[in-house]
Amino acid sequence: MSELFTQAAIVAVVAGGIRLAVPLLVASLGETFGQRSGVLNLGVDGIMLLGAFGGYYAVLQSGSPWLGLLVGIGIGFIMGLVSALMAVTLKAEQGISGIGVYLFGLGFSDLLFQKWVGTPRPIPKFPKLDIPGLSDIPWLGEMFFQHSVVIYLAFAAIPLSMWIINKTTFGMNIRAVGENPEAADSLGVSVSRVRWSTVTIGGTLAGIAGAILAIDLGIFQQNITNAQGFIAIALVYFGAWRPLGIMLGALLYGLVNALVLQMKVLEIIPPDWSDIAAMTPAIITILALVVVATRFSPPSALTKPFTRGA
Amino acid sequence: MRKTFIWVALFAAFALIAAACGGDDEVDVSDFRVAIVAPSASNDLAFTQSIVDAVDALGIDPAVTDGTFVVEDAAAAIRGYAEEGYDLVIAHGSQYGGSLVEIAPDFPEVSFAWGTAADTFGLDNVYSYEAASDEGGYVMGVMAAELTETGNIGVVGPIEVGDAKLYVDGFLNGARSGGANATAAYTGSFSDVAAASETAQAFASQDVDVLSGTAQMVVGAVGVANDVGILWFGTQANQTELAPDIVVASQVYHWEVILEDIIQNVQDGQLGGEVYVITLENEGLVIEYNEDFDLSDDIKDKAEEAIEGIKDGSISTG
Repeated sequence: MSELFTQAAIVAVVAGGIRLAVPLLVASLGETFGQRSGVLNLGVDGIMLLGAFGGYYAVLQSGSPWLGLLVGIGIGFIMGLVSALMAVTLKAEQGISGIGVYLFGLGFSDLLFQKWVGTPRPIPKFPKLDIPGLSDIPWLGEMFFQHSVVIYLAFAAIPLSMWIINKTTFGMNIRAVGENPEAADSLGVSVSRVRWSTVTIGGTLAGIAGAILAIDLGIFQQNITNAQGFIAIALVYFGAWRPLGIMLGALLYGLVNALVLQMKVLEIIPPDWSDIAAMTPAIITILALVVVATRFSPPSALTKPFTRGA
Repeated sequence: MRKTFIWVALFAAFALIAAACGGDDEVDVSDFRVAIVAPSASNDLAFTQSIVDAVDALGIDPAVTDGTFVVEDAAAAIRGYAEEGYDLVIAHGSQYGGSLVEIAPDFPEVSFAWGTAADTFGLDNVYSYEAASDEGGYVMGVMAAELTETGNIGVVGPIEVGDAKLYVDGFLNGARSGGANATAAYTGSFSDVAAASETAQAFASQDVDVLSGTAQMVVGAVGVANDVGILWFGTQANQTELAPDIVVASQVYHWEVILEDIIQNVQDGQLGGEVYVITLENEGLVIEYNEDFDLSDDIKDKAEEAIEGIKDGSISTG
């Protein structure tokens, strides 16, 4: 057990936890926009998979991780529009349409991978950015300041999201539409326009999350997200629909995951217990979710389609 | 009339001789239809690819339903192929056994092969097959112990069952026989690429300089090994192209060695009831070296010694 408290192990757990948290964080932030406006999108994982494949394939062809990220953004944007069309304009049952998007993403990303790529081939990853002055600090430098560029960008999106949701007119409209769409509509706020915008933002961020996942791993594999999109949705509830809470949830999930893996490597968790231990992050998240759920309420209009005068 | 009879008799005799000469060496696979149902992608450089490549190697273009991590989906595909009258339906996943017990009795005229497993459920139309992957694992563990400079070796495993457990145990024992400190970590998933990647990172933080791993999620671990310069040993398929600089060797499955027998049996009317194992001895398991990796002759000799020892029984992988 003492091996776990060495510098090498602690640094590896914290740095690994941050890496594992980032795709979840980005996807969760996107889903937060949709849910705050009253739209639940269960298709996050499918959009992540499409973003992951699109990003991977673009890097494979061009050698540029940044072009891969751009393609992930584009795919996420398009899938966000598709999701908005179904959930907002066509008023499809949100759970069912989301599952449809997920299944489409799961199947189509695999189909394209097999047709266009075939055997998994490695791609260049995002460049690492050692922050001058900070990356050399013992312990902390390796933990926090020697990551790839996109990891810093992902964390920069948290205050940006907080500002948009809490301080801008658009954010006020999002909250109004999510809590009481009829009242927002009577005050001249276009419920459809706000929801189209938030669901599209959510899709775009899900596409980015997928692209980050695949490009940071340097590979694509069938179902590479391994249901991370669904965990991202759970983290929105965990974070009580607030960017800061979501960040804490994503970090908790990532850190517990990295801790369990490190404990397996150090044989503190014996192989016989590996399968049970693998469930630990999910169990802890669910327990925390139960606690949060008793203290916070979701947006009042969540999952409710809006029809003027209905 | 008599002349014609002589010609016919000569032709028949010639045909009989030709058939007898060719019988043991090659199976006639023309018109023999094979379907494969497997959990991961058919080009995963691992478990599923190994069976697809094997059927291809026999000159058969199989029907493939891959990516069936969900057992119910696999069961539907297995039943579908059986209904379509395929000669041999391969259920390539130990998790499909329960489904096969229900499906196979409904199609007594269809032959099924199930792997990796060692149980035919007492059914006359089910073959089972498995790999003695501990054998190749042991050989590569021996090489890993020779190559490590830190003395620390790691294995990234999926779930501690079946073929994966066999391979991991064999590799650990081989590495330990050479005096290395070898440990294994199971991620708890066959498909979690990110977890495999982080497990490799965790091994790297513990001064591990040689890694191996099994199942389709190891592509994530290979990427990390490549980034930090850790040597890699692959299994199930040749993984050299994933990282040509660090892959030393791969244990490659050649299921065609046993599939040829199974197909011959099916053509002779025996639809199941036997358990097959690929081994180093029957050349179903082959150690393929990365030709671009500068591996010393001494280490190759040690690997060959281990192979011979396993074949003649003087080395136990357990």
